[in-house]
Amino acid sequence: MAMVKATLVEAINAALRQEMERDKRVIVIGEDVGKDGGVFRVTDGLYARFGEERVIDTPLAESGIVGTAIGLAVSGLRPVAEVQFDGFVYPAFDQLISHAARIRNRSRGRFHCPLVLRMPYGGGIKALEHHSEAMEALFVHLPGCKVVIPSNPYDAKGLMVSAIREEDPVLFLEPKKLYRAFKQEIPEEPYAVPLGEARLVREGTDVTVVSYGNMARVSNDAAELAQEQGISAEVIDLRTVSPLDKKAVVDSVKKTGRAVIVHEAPRSCGVGAELAATIARRAILSLKAPMERITGCDIITPYPRLEDYYLPNPKRVLNAIKKTMSDF
Amino acid sequence: MPKKVAYEGRVESWSVMDKDGKTDEKMMPKLSKEQVKEMLRWMVLARVFDDKCFKLQRQGRMGTYAQSTGQEACQIPVALAMQEQDWVFPCFREHPIILMRGFPMAQYLWYWGGDERGMKVPEDVNVFPVAVPVGTQMLHAVGYAWGSKLQGKDVATVTYFGDGGTSEGDFHEAMNFAGVFQTPTLFVCQNNQWAISVPRKKQTRAETLAQKALAYGFEGIQVDGNDVFAVYAAAKHALDKAHAGKGPTLLELMTYRMGDHTTSDDAKKYRPPEEIAYWRERDPIDRLKKYGKANGLWDEGFEQKCLDDAVATVEKAVEAYEAFPKPEPEDMFKYMYKEMTMDLTEQMAMLKRWLDEERQE
Repeated sequence: MAMVKATLVEAINAALRQEMERDKRVIVIGEDVGKDGGVFRVTDGLYARFGEERVIDTPLAESGIVGTAIGLAVSGLRPVAEVQFDGFVYPAFDQLISHAARIRNRSRGRFHCPLVLRMPYGGGIKALEHHSEAMEALFVHLPGCKVVIPSNPYDAKGLMVSAIREEDPVLFLEPKKLYRAFKQEIPEEPYAVPLGEARLVREGTDVTVVSYGNMARVSNDAAELAQEQGISAEVIDLRTVSPLDKKAVVDSVKKTGRAVIVHEAPRSCGVGAELAATIARRAILSLKAPMERITGCDIITPYPRLEDYYLPNPKRVLNAIKKTMSDF
Repeated sequence: MPKKVAYEGRVESWSVMDKDGKTDEKMMPKLSKEQVKEMLRWMVLARVFDDKCFKLQRQGRMGTYAQSTGQEACQIPVALAMQEQDWVFPCFREHPIILMRGFPMAQYLWYWGGDERGMKVPEDVNVFPVAVPVGTQMLHAVGYAWGSKLQGKDVATVTYFGDGGTSEGDFHEAMNFAGVFQTPTLFVCQNNQWAISVPRKKQTRAETLAQKALAYGFEGIQVDGNDVFAVYAAAKHALDKAHAGKGPTLLELMTYRMGDHTTSDDAKKYRPPEEIAYWRERDPIDRLKKYGKANGLWDEGFEQKCLDDAVATVEKAVEAYEAFPKPEPEDMFKYMYKEMTMDLTEQMAMLKRWLDEERQE
C-alpha cells in the first residue's frame, strides 16, 4: 500500500477529497470553505477540484449552515458542513439538538440525517477568546449524534471516511493544536476507522491512562516519563467520545487496577465523569487505588497568558499516575 | 454630492373575493368548478377535524392540540397549487394542508395523541414532520429545495410559520440562504395576528411582514389569507416561479387564529371580543360558501353531504386512532441511530429489568 506523510489537516483533506470522488452526493458547505479552503485550509483545493456546486461558500450564519444541511441531507445529499471555530457553533446548537439529532427518532426512521459537522476544537494555540474551548460534553449529551475527536493524521482520515459514510449526524471535532503539529505516514488509499472503537496507544501493566484528542498525545508523553521511572502505563485513545468504547476502558482497568482519565474540557459532568462512573460500576473490585482525573477546571477557558496553567500537560498527568501508584 | 435613492421596494396586497363572496374577475385565478368544490370539501373536513380534536382533548382522549380553525384558506388552496413532487415543511398548525397532501388522518391523530409513530410519514407523502420549536423549520425547507436543485430535480418546498416566527433568527437565515442560492421555496407566513398573547404589532415595527422578503432580494406579497382565490393565485404564482428556476417568494397571509393558541391557552384573557367578531364575519369557509351559492356551486344538499362525509371520515379516523395499541418500551431506543449502540443496547436491557422488577413488586 502506498504511504504518504501527512499532517492532520492534510489527512482530513485527503478523506474529503477521496469521499467526494467516490460519492457524488458528498458536498462541502461552510464559511470560506471554497476558494479560500477554510481558515485552517482543511478544504484546500476541493473547490478547484469539484467546483462551486459541491464546495459551497455560505452566508456567515451557523444556524443557517446546520439547518440547511439538515434539509440537504434529507433531500439525498451528504453534506459535510464546517463551522469555522468550535466557539461559534452555539447559534447552530438549536438545529443540532432540536432537529439533526432527533429527525430519525421523530419520524420513526422515515427520515434520517447523514450530516457531518466539522469544527476546529480545543486549546493550546494561544488564540483569542472563544477559540480555545473544549465543549464536547455538550455534544455528548445529544442522543442521536456521534462525536469524534481524533488525535493523529491516520485516525483522522479513517474516522472522517467513516463519518461521511455514517447514516446519522456526526460531530467531527478537530484538535487545532494538532492540525500541523506533526506528520505521520498514512495510506494514500481511502480506509475507514470505525466510530466507537478506542485505540490502544501503548500497552502497560500498572495503570490505565484514558484520553482523546490532543490529550491522548499528552497522556502518551506522560506514559513515557513514567516508563523512565519504572511505571508501566497503558494508554487508551478513545477517538470517539460518543458512543464511548467503555469495554476497552473497563478491560484495561481490570488488567492494570489503576485509572487516570485525562481531558482538557471542564471537569464536572465531563466525559471523564462518565468513564469514572463506568469503571466504578464494572471494575471497582479490580481497583487498587482511587481513580484520578486530570481535566480542565470548571472555569471560563483562559486567554493565552493563563492558558498553560489551565491545559493538562505531561507532568501533571505523570503526577496523577504516580499518585495512583504510591498512595495506596 | 446629492443624495440618491439606493433602493426602492414595493409590496403588493392581493385579494380576489370580498367578505360577501363577490369576486374581482380580473384577479380571479383559473380554477374549475370541481376544484372549487374540492377546496370547499377539504375546508369543511379540516374544520370538522379541528372541532373533533378540540373535543378529544377536552375529554382527555388526546394531548395538547393547536387548533387551525379560521386558517383553512391559508392552506387548502396552497395544497391545490402544489405539484405532486413538492414538499411541505410545516410547523404545528398545518393540519389542513398536511391532510390534503395525503397524510392518513388516523396516523396524524397518533402524533397528537402522544405516539411518535404518528410522524413516521408514509413513503408517498411529501410532508416533513411537525416542527414544534417556532421558526426553526424554514431552514430545512430551504436546504431540501437547495439539495433538490443541486441534484437537478424539479421540486419546490413550501414552509409554514406564523407572524411570531418571523422574529426568530432562523427565519432570517432561511430567507437569506433562499435568496442567495435562489432555492425553489415558498415561505408561507400565516399572519394570524397573535403569537400566543403577543399581538403582531409587537413582533416588528415593519408595516408588513411581506416586505421582509425585499431585504433578502426576492418578492414578498401580502394576501388576504381568508380568501381562497387570492391565496390560490398567489401560491400558484410563487410555485410557478419556483419551478421555473426563479427562486423563492414570501407570502404574508392575513388571517386570524379563531381558537386559543393551543388547548392549554385561554385567549379570552388577552383578546378583545370585537376583534374576534370582526374576523368571524370574514370566515374563510362562509365566504367560499357565499361565492358558491351565487355561482351555482353550492346548495344546502351539497353542504350537508360535505358535512356528513367529513364527520364520517373523522369518526372513522378517531376510532382507528383509539384502537391503536401502545408501542413497546423498546420502541424508544430503536430509532436513535441506524444501528443501536452498545450503550443503548445495555440501557434497553436495563430498562426492561427495571420494568420487570416494578411489575413483581
